Amino acid sequence: MTYITKPRLHHPLLQPNALGFTRRDYEGKVSTLCAGCGHDSISAAIIQAAYELDLPPHRLAKLSGIGCSSKTPDYFLGNSHGFNSVHGRMPSVLTGANAANRELIYLGVSGDGDSASIGLGQFAHSIRRSVNMTYIVENNGVYGLTKGQFSATSDPGSKSKRGVVNHDQSIDLVGLALQLGASFVARSFSGDKAQLVPLIKAAISHKGASFIDVISPCVQFNNHVGSTKSFDYVREHNAAMNRLDFIEPRAEITVDYAPGEVEVVKQHDGSILRLRKVAPDYDPTDKISAITHLQLHQMRGEVVTGLLYVEPDAADLHDHLHTVQTPLNQLDDAELIPGSLALDAINDSLR
Amino acid sequence: MSLAAVNDFVVKFANVNGSGSASANGMFAKSILRMGVPVAARNIFPSNIQGLPTWYEVRVSEAGYLGRRGGGVELMVAMNPQTWDQDVASIEPGGYLFYDSSKPLPPAKFRNDIEVLGLPLTAICNAAYTDPRQRQLFKNIIYVGALAHLIGIEESVLETLVREEFGSKVALIDSNLKALAMGRDAAAENLAPIGLRMRRADKVGDRIYVEGNSAAALGAVYGGATVCAWYPITPSTSLAEAFTAHCQKLRTDPKTGEARYAVIQGEDEIASIGIVVGAGWNGARAFTCTSGPGVSLMQEFVGLSYFAEIPAVIFDVQRGGPSTGMPTRTQQSDVLLAAYASHGDTKHPLLFPEDPAECFDFGALAFDLADRLQTTVFVMLDLDIGMNEWLCRPFRWDDSRKLDRGKVMTYDDLETGKVFGRYLDVDGDGIAYRTLPGVHPERGAYFTRGTSRDPYARYSEEGPVYVANMQRLLKKFETAKTLIPAPVARPAKRRTPHGAVYFGSTTPAMHEALDLLEAQGVHVDGLRVRGFPFNDEVMAFIEAHETVFVVEQNRDAQLRTLIMVEGGVDPAKLVPVLGYDGSPITARFITDEISRRMQGSSVTPTPQAAE
Ligand SMILES: Cc1ncc(C[n+]2csc(CCOP(=O)(O)OP(=O)(O)O)c2C)c(N)n1
Ligand code: SF4
Ligand SMILES: [Mg+2]
Repeated sequence: MTYITKPRLHHPLLQPNALGFTRRDYEGKVSTLCAGCGHDSISAAIIQAAYELDLPPHRLAKLSGIGCSSKTPDYFLGNSHGFNSVHGRMPSVLTGANAANRELIYLGVSGDGDSASIGLGQFAHSIRRSVNMTYIVENNGVYGLTKGQFSATSDPGSKSKRGVVNHDQSIDLVGLALQLGASFVARSFSGDKAQLVPLIKAAISHKGASFIDVISPCVQFNNHVGSTKSFDYVREHNAAMNRLDFIEPRAEITVDYAPGEVEVVKQHDGSILRLRKVAPDYDPTDKISAITHLQLHQMRGEVVTGLLYVEPDAADLHDHLHTVQTPLNQLDDAELIPGSLALDAINDSLR
Repeated sequence: MSLAAVNDFVVKFANVNGSGSASANGMFAKSILRMGVPVAARNIFPSNIQGLPTWYEVRVSEAGYLGRRGGGVELMVAMNPQTWDQDVASIEPGGYLFYDSSKPLPPAKFRNDIEVLGLPLTAICNAAYTDPRQRQLFKNIIYVGALAHLIGIEESVLETLVREEFGSKVALIDSNLKALAMGRDAAAENLAPIGLRMRRADKVGDRIYVEGNSAAALGAVYGGATVCAWYPITPSTSLAEAFTAHCQKLRTDPKTGEARYAVIQGEDEIASIGIVVGAGWNGARAFTCTSGPGVSLMQEFVGLSYFAEIPAVIFDVQRGGPSTGMPTRTQQSDVLLAAYASHGDTKHPLLFPEDPAECFDFGALAFDLADRLQTTVFVMLDLDIGMNEWLCRPFRWDDSRKLDRGKVMTYDDLETGKVFGRYLDVDGDGIAYRTLPGVHPERGAYFTRGTSRDPYARYSEEGPVYVANMQRLLKKFETAKTLIPAPVARPAKRRTPHGAVYFGSTTPAMHEALDLLEAQGVHVDGLRVRGFPFNDEVMAFIEAHETVFVVEQNRDAQLRTLIMVEGGVDPAKLVPVLGYDGSPITARFITDEISRRMQGSSVTPTPQAAE
């Protein structure tokens, strides 16, 4: 059988969540990535987020392209269906899956090569179609799986492990996602679990195209001095705009903040995003100022992180297509086949 | 001597693209059908929207021959000065040239072995209308009125068609009827009766007149397709558009007005097939429609569908290749591209519909096959079937028929502890069970990837595991042979060592050719192949004949190659007959080619003459 029941340990840390699942129930196979790879931390954050969200694992589908990053869905949520598709094409596969069943949660996992090079077109078009998904790019600035070539998110001037300098401009996926109409845009760092977990939870709860760019150092090929995607560089240049507390629908709000200190955003499903401001003048519901702000900070070499933009009441692909509430893959024969009488009428009209 | 014929002749219209001639010409063809006489009408058109030449060939055949006949035409309606010389040259000796005589033409522009029928159409229009667009549009209707008079199309038939076309738009009905009458009167006053005549008959029966693309799209509706992802490309575009239109009528929830379908225009063909694969993986019936260039782009995903075993349907409306080649010409030249699409060892089921009625049948069947076989199924149309209206038997649907969703494990199956191995051959037919995402909280989830996995979808790079899986896929392909529609035989009147194999849109011309050959005393058994992998009947037919002509519309004898390779057939036995100039193959071409080979005069095929 393809599922493995793991022995349930009575470890105090293995507290069941509201569904009775422990954190372990959200784990997957043992990772085969390099020890210390940023991607593994993102997998851990996804597991934590799903656990904290009390997510029924089988209600989520995880899809990826090809790359070290795209292998990770095998390493989390082992009770969810997964699809390791082809290089750069996860967005289209996810779009199709979402079209087929609007009720599941879709998590797309990709790399910077996968999404900014070969798959830039699909990245762009899935976002502009407002597919209801959480799209995570595990961004390390290199092609890890093919052993260290520059990717399109490498910054100009950054050095490869062999000392070659990149002269090409980098593609800023966050900037693109904003322009393309993603209704939830965030950036985070694989080394900052406290920031990342609530962002993932909020993204999953968000209706519409949620995009998270997670800087995720490749310890094998891009963690040296001269790289702008190394652990040290990102730690030194991390400019968080805000800190997010994700509050589930129906949860009680206990702490009060002084006015001006937090921004509260209510999402479509009733969940609350409470943003503790770090940059006082940053407003994540104002797209134009968000874009300006981002560019300003990035010009200074800072890595802007946090919840960068959210449009809480976004419409999604199904709203645009005006599809029925029943998932298309669950319509029965009677709902699908017009029958012989309708066909007779069509025949008549063709004579 | 002027030609004389009743209910058996070819009329060709030469027009300027974008001049509004299409609907008038279509009305002409349909009026013949309404007189109970079968018609085969084909557009020959360039890819430009406006300005370039376009032709419409109407074959009137009481005998019911619906392929192209070949040879010259009996009546040329020459409305395009640009192509005048070539149009005049294509008239059979004794045939008729109908033209706009408003401007005098020098005698050298005519032939003396044809009959010339001139009417001052432009002058008539200029006198009757002031608006330039009206002058242009009604000129077409006026010539239809004149032709109707000349060959004897009943007035009431045209009137009914006009009323059907414009419904409640009374003003348009009146103005069209007026234009028809103008043409009729002008012809009656100025032209003598001609030798080509229409006579009411009863040879159409309950047949319908429809484009293959629309029929295939309707098949997809009946086959339960809910997701269509596509990227525009001639000649497949009208298939997606027809699916959308059919769904708007047939798949809109009557209470809520919501859509029981999703049509997504992809950013390219790669995204389109990706969407189809994603939807298929998630249990919706999904398809894309495209042409050769699109299939070229879809290769990687088709391979993924093959190895990960995900249902998908591709309608390939074939055209002349490559991309910048002959987008508006017809061919059957994607056979090998589709059969062996993608990298690695792959092969895929193909269906070859002969006409729109079968486009409907196979359009629906393809989804059952894709679900049953968990793989990509190609429905191979071509421009000729897809974009021309064909006369064919009515669409049929058996209301007791259920969609065959194939082997999908349900919640109950998993709950009762049935063993689930995603790539485990439990039934011995090479087909494993799949589960759909969301099926069960604890069981049935698996990680989908191309290969590198064992029968339980666990990661494995071991050679023997890989080989065992590849062998199972071959077994599945054997199972496919039993599911592909069986070939249709058309036996000769006498026992013969000669056979002919053909498929798709070649069929009507082929059947006429077999009749013509028989009239010459040449007997050939025909076999129409309806799909790939070839069923045993196909191989038995080839086995049973000494020589088998393989008739197809491509240069490289692609079906023949497939038969040779998959059936281990001696190439010497399979004689290629190939028409691939981009216009539909003709009965006369096939007849000439086969009888020439029968005389043993030549072995190298000569291509169909370009026109
Ligand atoms: C069509 C195609 N081209 C090339 C490859 C080879 N390839 C595999 S992964 C990869 C790059 C992955 O880079 P990224 O998405 O950044 O993932 P990372 O390994 O860095 O996490 C490439 C080029 C492929 N699998 N498919
Ligand atoms: S090569 Fe880089 S990206 Fe790939 S697993 Fe190793 S550290 Fe991670
Ligand atoms: Mg990378």
